[in-house]
Amino acid sequence: MLTNLLLLIGITLMYSTPLVFGALGGVISERSGVTNIGIEGMMVIGAIAGAATSYFTNNPWIAFLVAGLSGGLVALLHAVASVSFAADQTVSGVAINLLAPGIALFVCRRLFDGAAMTPIVAKLPKIFGESAFAGTAYAGLNLNITTVLALVATLAVWFVLYKTKWGLRVRAVGEHPAAADTLGINVYKTRYICVILSGVFAGFGGASMTIAIISQFTQTAISGHGFIALAAVIFGKWTPQGAYGACLLFGCTQALTILLGGGSFPVPSTILAMLPYAMTIIVLILFVGRSAAPKADGVPYIKGSR
Amino acid sequence: MDVSPEYAVQMHDITKVFGSFTALDAVNLDVKKQTVHAILGENGAGKSTLMNILYGLYHADEGDIYLNGEKVSIGGPNDAISYGIGMVHQHFMLVENFTVTENIILGDEVCSAAGVLDMKKAREDVLRIVEEFGFEVDPDAKIEDITVGMQQRVEILKALYRGADILILDEPSAVLTPQEIEKLVEIMHDLVSKGKTIIIITHKLKEIMSSADECSIIRRGQYMGTVDVSQTSEAELASKMVGRNVNLTVEKTRAEPEGVMLEIKDLTVTDERGIEQVKGLNLEVRSGEIVGIAGIDGNGQKELVDAIMSLCKADAGTIKVGGQEIQNTSPRNVLDHSLVTIPSDRQKWGLVLPFSVAENSVLERHGEELFGPGIMLDYDKIRSHTSKLIKRYDIRPSGCEDERMSGLSGGNQQKAIIARQVSYVPDVLIAFQPTRGLDVGAIEFVHKTLIAQRDRGAAILLISFELDEVMDVSDTIAVIYHGQIVGSFEQGSVTEDELGLLMAGGGAA
Amino acid sequence: MKAVTSFLRKPIASAIVAIAIGFAVAAVVLAAAGYDPAASFAALFSGALGKPKYIANVFIKATPILLTGVAVAFAFQTGLFNIGAEGQYILGTILSSIVGIMVDLPPIIEIPLVVLSGVLGGALLGAFIGFLKAKFGIHEVITSIMTNWIMLYLCNFVVGSNTFHKPNSTSALPINPSAYTMILPNWKKSPEGMAALDNIPWLKEVLLKTDLNMGFIVAAIVAVLAGILLARTKLGFKLRAVGHNKDAAHFSGINVDRSIITCMLISGAICGLAGALNITGISPHTITLLAAQEGYGFNGLSVAFIAGCSTVGCIPSSLLFAGLLYGGMTVQQVMGAPSDIINIMIGTIVFFTALPGITPILANWIDKRRASKADALLAAEAASATGDTPREQAAEDLVTDASNNVEQEA
Repeated sequence: MLTNLLLLIGITLMYSTPLVFGALGGVISERSGVTNIGIEGMMVIGAIAGAATSYFTNNPWIAFLVAGLSGGLVALLHAVASVSFAADQTVSGVAINLLAPGIALFVCRRLFDGAAMTPIVAKLPKIFGESAFAGTAYAGLNLNITTVLALVATLAVWFVLYKTKWGLRVRAVGEHPAAADTLGINVYKTRYICVILSGVFAGFGGASMTIAIISQFTQTAISGHGFIALAAVIFGKWTPQGAYGACLLFGCTQALTILLGGGSFPVPSTILAMLPYAMTIIVLILFVGRSAAPKADGVPYIKGSR
Repeated sequence: MDVSPEYAVQMHDITKVFGSFTALDAVNLDVKKQTVHAILGENGAGKSTLMNILYGLYHADEGDIYLNGEKVSIGGPNDAISYGIGMVHQHFMLVENFTVTENIILGDEVCSAAGVLDMKKAREDVLRIVEEFGFEVDPDAKIEDITVGMQQRVEILKALYRGADILILDEPSAVLTPQEIEKLVEIMHDLVSKGKTIIIITHKLKEIMSSADECSIIRRGQYMGTVDVSQTSEAELASKMVGRNVNLTVEKTRAEPEGVMLEIKDLTVTDERGIEQVKGLNLEVRSGEIVGIAGIDGNGQKELVDAIMSLCKADAGTIKVGGQEIQNTSPRNVLDHSLVTIPSDRQKWGLVLPFSVAENSVLERHGEELFGPGIMLDYDKIRSHTSKLIKRYDIRPSGCEDERMSGLSGGNQQKAIIARQVSYVPDVLIAFQPTRGLDVGAIEFVHKTLIAQRDRGAAILLISFELDEVMDVSDTIAVIYHGQIVGSFEQGSVTEDELGLLMAGGGAA
Repeated sequence: MKAVTSFLRKPIASAIVAIAIGFAVAAVVLAAAGYDPAASFAALFSGALGKPKYIANVFIKATPILLTGVAVAFAFQTGLFNIGAEGQYILGTILSSIVGIMVDLPPIIEIPLVVLSGVLGGALLGAFIGFLKAKFGIHEVITSIMTNWIMLYLCNFVVGSNTFHKPNSTSALPINPSAYTMILPNWKKSPEGMAALDNIPWLKEVLLKTDLNMGFIVAAIVAVLAGILLARTKLGFKLRAVGHNKDAAHFSGINVDRSIITCMLISGAICGLAGALNITGISPHTITLLAAQEGYGFNGLSVAFIAGCSTVGCIPSSLLFAGLLYGGMTVQQVMGAPSDIINIMIGTIVFFTALPGITPILANWIDKRRASKADALLAAEAASATGDTPREQAAEDLVTDASNNVEQEA
């Protein structure tokens, strides 16, 4: 029983980690007033960039950073479209989601002889070293370092958003961009930075799947995680701490899927696999409240139209 | 006019072109230090554009700006702020879910360490100015929880916090009660005595007469001159603003009301935040009369209209049209009872902007057999119906049936809504802020149409935040305060001050 | 020049520009990755259009994405983003497979029955998403994505179930042949048919080597009907009014919740039809295990956006995308370049169609340059009066430029 419980906690934390990074990206972007449906695509880019870099450098830390930068680069596209061109942010995000898997697979096949997956690559370390507690009930608690980083990142985003002047400005831009503009705050610049940062976080999220949880990029490494992360943003009422909690919940359903699927549980694995997605819908039905969304979320800011 | 340090602001030969439209054509403005200077003009005359240029939000295509006799170039709000210019916009630039303090320091934050906010010191700084200027504002209150008058003071504090010497107030009285306006005028005079210079943008003549020293007039982007307010009259200002003699009074005959058409009894409505906004309201409107509801924004007007239209739930009470209850049904059912509404926000509630003028003209009525058999729409019939409305109500440009509604001017959009609603030949017509943002000519049209509908025998409920409008147009004037009708008078039997007192809750005490 | 700028202001221009940019980006990516772009594009075109059977296959491939495209465009015109076309398509395939396996009736009843079950599946799922949006305010994009994955696993569940699994395969049992909708399925294989076809080699190739079926015709009719429904009926009027301004529609007595659900129901039904037509029209005539999303929904999004969300416009754009997708496989075979280049191309195209202002901005920019050239011309003329030779030269250059412009305008 204890073993199972510890295992559940361990797997929950493990699987929530990519979601946390994705959700933090969503929080930052949406808090500045830009809807970012492209989180999924940015995570895919982070996933391939992380795995490929880790393969060639054998240094997962550099790979992690490269993954973040790649995500940020893709996010730049979204920023150009949604901030400079006042494009439909949903369409632009969808385009990113179409583009990213194409790029990821193209790069993957080009680099790895036409294979749609990378070889096994070097992983980021676990907090207590690779083999600590191996074989004991506590093995599940030897967390990936990314899990700790995700928690630290959540605290950092919370601190910046609520305790610093930049956070105050970001929140003002997301609520009432015209007001921020009249006080000399550069709405476009703020949104650019936030969208790019959201891509960086999403990139970290992708990498924390491919170079921490599994140790390779596959076509299905990121399958809907970005969207579950967005649901977590809504469920968490657009706050970093709330989104973190929501991600734990979704991670937990995924952990349950694995634990129950591994045992002699009489439910087909395909039905269990639906659980995280169904859970997301149920949670949204029970707890949704659009009222908490930043007022200017998804609305392009056009100077002079106030 | 020569450039001189006696003037706080001088703007010479300012021209601003948007696309093919010349918003300002060589406009001049000279504002003496420590005065209240009004800029008068109709909606769309270019007043706000001129001030947005001064505040750095727009850049003039031509012309020079001098502050205290020195030529300056203002690249953006930051420059304006550093030159000591502050602006209070007509639509307040306040973040609703931030506190007063957060709104005031935004963009010029008080930090302890690198970028870390020091809210304690910020609060003290804000309190100091609040006390210095004698404003009664709670620095910890959230904007969404304080009154409009209070919010305006926060806007002024924002400017003062940044050390503004020149304050621009854009339509400052639009949302205030007569008493709040008096208080505002006091504040303005007090600020002037403390060395500030104030520019107010307005189209309200009374306000200029009571507060300003000088007044510059702009008409359709042209500078029409500056007058000494003590040497002029309202009528003179009005004719300068509009370019012709205007009749400031509304002409109509006595109402000859018949039976009660709209009857509201003990109506209670709660808004989405769970606050009771309408509290047992009672009201009757008879056929052939205009009942005007005077009151400050936020006293339950919106919820009253929503409940009448069945857009929201009535928690208690009844709404009857011609004796039949219509509350808590559906907008469709309300329309079928021959009650139509001219909404307060035409672009939000009244029009589908990407639709053509013709499509908009049948928004409620597209289902009728008249506009197509069975499930189909007959666009020829819709178009010919629209052509009649365009001609009859002089909607411009003529022949705009197939143009997108978004291409029409605000006044013509409003005409299109009114034409559509009146074509319904309704028994009850609700007009909620029907002249918002319109210029004098369009306002006259709206008022005439309302009176013509009354004379046809419709029961009309006019709800407006403009007290003058309610007093001029209505046969019966009711005052709404905190979700209740706190007084009801026949036209002519009550003064503006009495109404103002009731609107501010004075009657209830 | 004026012709160019006025063209750039038309909606079709942004589609053409976006497609051109898509090809350009693909060329750059291919070149950067060491493949010859020209040869790759040649392989792409010959792979899509090189033989009659290729063309037939393009139409077959275009059928489902035309329908999902119409579904997306239909929803988009009414203000909804049906990113769940994929899931609705899958549920359509699941239900029509189940009914097609379980029921065996004469084709005249069987075909409509099987097709309608698929339509019903898609419609119900679409309506469910619409219901969640109308009643709970949950954004349809999130629920759509979640139902896409749920449907994927539901499909795998059905394929793997004892009742429907075809032994030693990754698919379910095929549906009964009475539900097949290929063109002349029996005649073309009969001796008379073979004999008749021998005289028309291209038709023989098309009929015998592909599953050419009625699907595309049905889909094209649906595209036209959806367009009429939106533009010419009272229901379409309501749906569009809600899409453009929910508040004004509500105020005018239109039931907004019902409109949202109706719209998603119709959109979902069209996706379900796409699924059903694939089951009845092409091999293996059943559902198979899915490892990842099949992309019918997402390709539908691309088809719709490139068509500017005109349902009829989806007909050419679906053929374009089917050509790219089908021809893309040849690129991989011939050039060894990953066929994912096609997805990059499509993603780029959609990205640029998302920038609504880009071609008008381009037009404005060209106009402005012309205007400033004209100004410069005047200035130069003034200067040339002083006899300053280099400036005269500049003025002459500008005059030539200007006359070129005039020629182009003519």
